[in-house]
Amino acid sequence: MTKRALPVTVMTLLLLAAWYIGAAWLNWPQAAETLARASKPAGFADVLAQAYTMKRPILPTPDQVVVELWNSLTGYAPSSPRNLLFHAWVTAEAALTGLAMGLGLGILLAAGIVYTRTLEASLLPWVIASQTIPILAIAPMIVVILGNIGLTGLLPKAVICMYLCFFPITVGMVKGLRSADPLWLDLMRTYSASGMRAFWSLRLPASMPFLFASLKVSVAISVVGAIVGELPTGGQAGLGARLLSGSYYGQTVQIWAALIMASLLSVALIAVVRGLELVLLGRAGAR
Amino acid sequence: MSDLTTDPYRTSLRTAADWGLVAIALPTLAALALPVGVRNGAVLGWFGGTMAPLFLIGVVLAVVAGASAPKRVWGAWAELAGVALAWLLPLHLLNEGLDLSAGWGLWLFLAAATLLLWRVMGVLAGVPGWTRSVIVPGLFGLGLLVGWEVLVRGFQVPAILLPPPSRIAAALAANAPVLWDDFRQTVLTSVLRGYVMGCGAGFLVAILADRVPFLARGLLPLGNLASAIPVVGIAPIMVMWFGFDWQSKAAVIVVMTFFPMLINTLAGLGNSERIQLDLMRSYAAGYGSTLVKLRLPNALPFLFNGLKINSTLALIGAIVAEFFGTPVVGMGFRISTEVARMNLDIVWATIAVAALTGSGLYGALALLERVTTAWHPSMRGR
Repeated sequence: MTKRALPVTVMTLLLLAAWYIGAAWLNWPQAAETLARASKPAGFADVLAQAYTMKRPILPTPDQVVVELWNSLTGYAPSSPRNLLFHAWVTAEAALTGLAMGLGLGILLAAGIVYTRTLEASLLPWVIASQTIPILAIAPMIVVILGNIGLTGLLPKAVICMYLCFFPITVGMVKGLRSADPLWLDLMRTYSASGMRAFWSLRLPASMPFLFASLKVSVAISVVGAIVGELPTGGQAGLGARLLSGSYYGQTVQIWAALIMASLLSVALIAVVRGLELVLLGRAGAR
Repeated sequence: MSDLTTDPYRTSLRTAADWGLVAIALPTLAALALPVGVRNGAVLGWFGGTMAPLFLIGVVLAVVAGASAPKRVWGAWAELAGVALAWLLPLHLLNEGLDLSAGWGLWLFLAAATLLLWRVMGVLAGVPGWTRSVIVPGLFGLGLLVGWEVLVRGFQVPAILLPPPSRIAAALAANAPVLWDDFRQTVLTSVLRGYVMGCGAGFLVAILADRVPFLARGLLPLGNLASAIPVVGIAPIMVMWFGFDWQSKAAVIVVMTFFPMLINTLAGLGNSERIQLDLMRSYAAGYGSTLVKLRLPNALPFLFNGLKINSTLALIGAIVAEFFGTPVVGMGFRISTEVARMNLDIVWATIAVAALTGSGLYGALALLERVTTAWHPSMRGR
């Protein structure tokens, strides 16, 4: 831990330093112009101070973003649309619903593929091919089409998340369901256990480590899917809508705050999955 | 009787197959009693003046030929011809001007044909080689496409929800010049440049980090964190910084592809075995020649893994960035404007282009990987 702490701290500090230098460099012309227009003194320190405190900077400084994030989190009630927690919750709701749907679909497909040779030969190549299609890029259209048949709000976003999520889960579960020890499978057969019983008592528990590895990947891309799915709804609610409205009105600080919030959200969700994994696998005696 | 003892594999399939055929034949018989469609308000049965009986006879002949074929695989091909004929029937009826949405006999018949297709694929999936790896998935995909066409046209799904593949193909052909311009702007200009820059930067920094372990230890956790955050969200910022043209798209792609390439390259460089490194040292090989002659070739499977992941990411990055602002050309621009104008067949045509591009890039990389890493254990035994 300490072996990694130092390099990571140094890299993070370097990154922050680069951020401040970049902010000064990018905001310099605009800051100098503002000062010149107000006919104030424009020495190096004055312009720098101006560049770091602009209202609509080209690149806001980390402290501006943190202040915006803090103000938004503490300044309003969590149910107010001005609070980023509200938007994060809207996004998380869609992402988690999609994840649950993707989990169901993924496990179903994996079980089918593991148990049926025909499905393995015919479906597995298409599962892989489905991911070479840039689905995320056509997500807005899915939202519009589903809107046409009266499905609005949560569900279209969840469908996109589901499409993104099921792939890692299917691939992981195919591996996981096959990872049951052949000796144990033979043992089940000597007990004359049914295929169903072998699935529930042996194959499914054996696949849990694989499932959680896939879930961690899925949860992250699910958040991405939900955010992109919110882009075409045109600034109602959600972190994606927040990004879009920030980009329309040139509110760069707002964009960055939403981005940081999105990162925090997916890191938090991954942490939840990791916690579940520790508890569940610990109970099963894996650790 | 001697036939049974010499080929036990075939007999077991035969007994199973007969029950399957019965299960398929029963709904077909039931289907004969139901109508196939409606023309000018009049309900038509199977023998209502269309060529449906001819199709029926053809399918029955194919199935009989399949069941009596000396080899199971030959039989499967004959049955496949029957399936194809069965699924051509609704297209013929649509050409005759029938309304199929109430033709339950026809749909039951098609369901039976789908079961037959399932059986055929089950047999073909047991044949190793090209049949298993190409033809079976190909049949599955073709079946999906034909089913989509027939269901959408048969039940008259509004094109605004889901146009049939034939209309998408027509839109593709009719708008080829526009789509080609979009393709050139998005793929040939933005994606390729951003991809090369992002993967190149990730690769070079990985080499650097390999030289300086301090850098690697600092960058890897950051890279893992970056894989968790929705990088695509920087698209509006990049459009603000670099303008509407390809530079902003390339910038998004660079940020999206940098860390996957970095992580994969680092993992690949650590993949050489101790004994191989010792051999190189006993040859008095320096860092450079060890890198070029041993470690990079060993890292190739990992490099290709990163390149493959990035090929899809790059397409996504470019198209999403185009939603936030673009010159009036490009696949993302086309999708967002035509959705707003409800020209969904052009949107679907653009999606088809994007899907083909994504699969094409992936396929090309997979092919290149096969050619360059044929010696690697992960490629052996295929």
